[in-house]
Amino acid sequence: MQKIMTEIERCKGCYLCMANCPKEAIHLSGKVNHKGYEYIEVDQEKCIACGSCYQMCPDFVFSILV
Amino acid sequence: MKCSVPASVKYDHTFCQGCAQGIVNRLIGEIMEELGTTEKLIVTTDVACGAMNVDFWDFDTIVGAHGRPIPTATGVRKVRKDCLSLAHLGDGAAYNIGMAETMHAAIRDDDVMALVLNNCVFAMTGGQTSATTMLGQRTTTSVKGRKKSVEGSPFHVEKALGDMDIAYLARGSVDSVAAIRKTKKYLKKAFEKHKNHEGFCLVEILTPCPTNWGLSPVDSMKRIREQVIPEFPVGEFIDRGGNE
Ligand SMILES: Cc1ncc(C[n+]2csc(CCOP(=O)(O)OP(=O)(O)O)c2C)c(N)n1
Ligand code: SF4
Ligand SMILES: [Mg+2]
Repeated sequence: MQKIMTEIERCKGCYLCMANCPKEAIHLSGKVNHKGYEYIEVDQEKCIACGSCYQMCPDFVFSILV
Repeated sequence: MKCSVPASVKYDHTFCQGCAQGIVNRLIGEIMEELGTTEKLIVTTDVACGAMNVDFWDFDTIVGAHGRPIPTATGVRKVRKDCLSLAHLGDGAAYNIGMAETMHAAIRDDDVMALVLNNCVFAMTGGQTSATTMLGQRTTTSVKGRKKSVEGSPFHVEKALGDMDIAYLARGSVDSVAAIRKTKKYLKKAFEKHKNHEGFCLVEILTPCPTNWGLSPVDSMKRIREQVIPEFPVGEFIDRGGNE
């Protein structure tokens, strides 16, 4: 089930989400967005929709869907 | 819990990688939605990094003279009593360049709300020493680290305003999810008091400036936790009850 929606074009690669996810559900994607940053990816299985990434992200990448 | 960032604040801002201005903007947007005042907020920003917000949110915005958003916002409130009037400024503006204005707003208990983003430097101009630069902190004007004998000691707003008769004074941080949630509570309380015309409210938020600190965004948050909070404690310092 998709719990988090990510707008990866907004990502500036600060990785505050990765550092604050309690389930280590966020990892590097190995891909680069149009701004030139390596953006993140969420493992929807590991995610518990706690909203930590939503809280930490200065660039509004995340929406919690559930 | 379902959540998405309010439409009143914009994602396509040009703050640096890991700058927390975006986090603070989201909190303001959420609180305005919760209080039903999105259309009622008038912000006066300073000319520093926060001035870029004029393009990054939908609130009516004035860019005040450097260090003087607080008296400008006080004037806005006097002529638009139905609106919320927020002065949005940095540590350099509030505690260096506009120190007199900050003090007099508190002395008069002006009907205005101030939000001070304290990143311990003059960020916009390239990272010079500000009133809140920590002892030992290297900046472009304290290349060997701030020394008490040269630049004096860091300024603490809770020591200067702590005994004054003002409506609200608090300091929050954005270094963790828990800290951000707590900061939102302080900000919301201040906005509620301001909405009720209770007097001068000042909320300081400890924010990172990865660019001028020379640290990664994650390490900047760690620095706030390990070095900045021990110097600048978070919490509520004044919470005056009722309408005086
Ligand atoms: C009267 C005047 N003096 C100096 C400046 C240059 N100046 C612009 S922003 C700034 C530093 C602001 O630092 P702070 O208020 O901490 O905001 P930050 O950029 O750190 O968010 C300075 C000195 C100016 N614009 N006007
Ligand atoms: S210079 Fe510092 S405060 Fe200004 S936008 Fe960049 S990170 Fe933010
Ligand atoms: Mg500053």
